[in-house]
Amino acid sequence: MAEVVVKVENLKKYFPLRRSVVEFLKGAPPRSVKAVDDVSFEIHKGEVFALAGESGCGKTTTGRLIVKLLEPTSGKIYFNGTDITTLSREEEREYRKKVQIIFQDPYGSLNPRFRVYNVLEEPLILQGIGDTRSEREELIIRALESVRMVPPEEFLGRFPHQLSGGQRQRVAIARALILNPEFIVADEPVSMLDLSIRAEILNLMEDVKKRFGLTYLYITHDLSTARYFSDRIAIMYLGKIVELADSDTLVENPLHPYTKALIAAVPEPEPSMKDVIKEIPIKGEVPSAANVPPGCRFHPRCPYRFEPCDKEEPPFIEVEPGHWVACHLYSKR
Amino acid sequence: MPLLEVRNLKAYYLTSRGPVKAVDNVSFDLERGESLGLAGESGCGKSTLGFALINLLPPPGKIVDGSIKIDGIEVVGKPDEELRREVRWKKISMIFQGAMNALNPVLTIGDQLSEPLIYHQGVSKEEATERVKEHLELVGLDPDIYKRYPHELSGGMKQRAVIAMALLEHPDVIIADEPTTALDVIVQAQILNLLKSLKKKLNLSIIFISHDLAVISEIADRLAIMYAGEIVEIGPSENLYLNPRHPYTQKLLGAIPRLKKKVERLEFIPGAPPNLIHPPSGCRFHPRCPYRFEPCDKEEPPFIEVEPGHYVRCHLFAKR
Ligand SMILES: Nc1ncnc2c1ncn2[C@@H]1O[C@H](COP(=O)(O)OP(=O)(O)OP(=O)(O)O)[C@@H](O)[C@H]1O
Ligand SMILES: Nc1ncnc2c1ncn2[C@@H]1O[C@H](COP(=O)(O)OP(=O)(O)O)[C@@H](O)[C@H]1O
Ligand code: SF4
Ligand code: SF4
Ligand SMILES: [Mg+2]
Ligand SMILES: [Mg+2]
Repeated sequence: MAEVVVKVENLKKYFPLRRSVVEFLKGAPPRSVKAVDDVSFEIHKGEVFALAGESGCGKTTTGRLIVKLLEPTSGKIYFNGTDITTLSREEEREYRKKVQIIFQDPYGSLNPRFRVYNVLEEPLILQGIGDTRSEREELIIRALESVRMVPPEEFLGRFPHQLSGGQRQRVAIARALILNPEFIVADEPVSMLDLSIRAEILNLMEDVKKRFGLTYLYITHDLSTARYFSDRIAIMYLGKIVELADSDTLVENPLHPYTKALIAAVPEPEPSMKDVIKEIPIKGEVPSAANVPPGCRFHPRCPYRFEPCDKEEPPFIEVEPGHWVACHLYSKR
Repeated sequence: MPLLEVRNLKAYYLTSRGPVKAVDNVSFDLERGESLGLAGESGCGKSTLGFALINLLPPPGKIVDGSIKIDGIEVVGKPDEELRREVRWKKISMIFQGAMNALNPVLTIGDQLSEPLIYHQGVSKEEATERVKEHLELVGLDPDIYKRYPHELSGGMKQRAVIAMALLEHPDVIIADEPTTALDVIVQAQILNLLKSLKKKLNLSIIFISHDLAVISEIADRLAIMYAGEIVEIGPSENLYLNPRHPYTQKLLGAIPRLKKKVERLEFIPGAPPNLIHPPSGCRFHPRCPYRFEPCDKEEPPFIEVEPGHYVRCHLFAKR
């Protein structure tokens, strides 16, 4: 049995919605956006675990909960067996060293007034690592080398606007690596980058993973990169994980109607589709997370829905070893 | 005669630091009812080419040389007044990059779509309303959307409205600049289906701009690859996807992760695209090209027809 690094149990994050005046006067109950609504999973040591799904399904919120940028509404998060929702100050500082996040936007995630040197020095200072400037510089140079920004001296004095998008994202990765973390949440780290650089950054993340024995939570809306980069993929829909399996199984043998539709919609770089109208098995768009449909939350769009679907929430069950799905087709038949 | 004939087009941004050669010596044809995909890295000049084609280059952009013939009419050098009356939106129109997020939040969809018809075309309010509703239906929207505000619509609905807007004056060609980039994959597939069916129904020619070669493959009859302001390869999609010739096209295709095919290790193109004020001498790709040889940094490669209708700008294919 693989060692579990991160374990998430019944995690929920509801964001309260402000009531309109009318709602208030009518005494309507306060409503909330159910960004993450009862999510459980385990991430094993050394693996890349992908959380995939359309925008707004709760991927980023889950990632931010794990790195403690947000507090959960309820549920538990364990890191190496320790519940991180109840850490002391000192333990929390230690946790922030071991767990890092890389953000989607290489333009917004770096302080525009910080030179590369300062961007990388800041976490060292916050964590009290490196007593002298030259010790810190040594670490910074090594971090830049590990993301192939060579010679590092050439980049130390630059501001983010003097770097290309790919270089900025490499600095963000260097910043995540510099504290020698065990676990990295990478939130759409390549989706704002050009295709030609995307491959470079994914390969780089793979290389540093092997070199430093890292574990990743890879958050993406792009199933193609998820398959390329991850060992297992969890598909989220409206705050819930609807399917989870190893990457190849999920892509080659998807079970949940939503996963099937997502996979059918992904374009391949092959010119065989240009004269065909593509069959997309589901209609419409994702409803708002403030109005989660009852029963199976996918039922209004589901071509297979049957009698229990709009009443009972389908349980998350293991239909074959390691392959989990939340759909009545697999539990009621 | 092709519907659109572009020859040696140069569109530069005349900045104080020197001209940004965003479109340099671009030539291609587009037939009626045909779709051309235009791909390349960010900043290579795709949108600039689109702006030049409808003659709406943002300042300090300017067409400095070349010819654009639409339906036989030369539009380079034509007074703006005439262009507005005869060509723009009527023969060629554009869906701008990010347009769905640039809709005016305080106007209803109906008002935003009918205003240009009323104020620029002198169409009566009733007729404009009628035409807008027809076009909303054409793009698969409920005509009642007319009364709604942009914030009441989903991303896919907004993009449909923007497509309807581009079609209002029945153009022969539309330039769609990254029309699906901000959309989720299912909505993206819906919009691609819509564009495909419009192409068929209206015998529309489409220039589909995207940095995403997988998305383009879903719609393009022909594909053009741009690098640093130039088209470096153009030809039938089958040829380019299955048998790319230019080193840059090969590298780009090698960098795409595929969902349905397991790839062990993706390729990538080291280095970054060049500065377009001082592009590299000779072949603009030479600083990043693994195959470069003696003439590459000195002579500009010619545009060579390697198969019927398939052109490549690379010394490797020059007869010597
Ligand atoms: N108003 C402007 N003034 C000066 N240079 C400009 C201006 N607009 C664009 N450019 C430059 O022209 C070149 C081409 O830009 P363009 O917007 O056409 O690229 P693109 O291929 O559409 O990129 P993207 O994929 O990012 O949309 C770039 O080098 C850009 O920096
Ligand atoms: N700070 C917040 N306040 C209110 N709602 C939020 C906040 N952050 C996220 N949400 C909502 O929670 C849902 C999930 O968002 P997010 O986790 O960002 O999704 P994803 O990363 O999958 O696109 C969305 O409906 C989003 O609008
Ligand atoms: S539970 Fe019912 S509605 Fe939900 S995905 Fe399965 S079949 Fe469809
Ligand atoms: S001309 Fe030379 S440098 Fe340019 S793509 Fe061809 S081989 Fe490479
Ligand atoms: Mg997100
Ligand atoms: Mg553009």
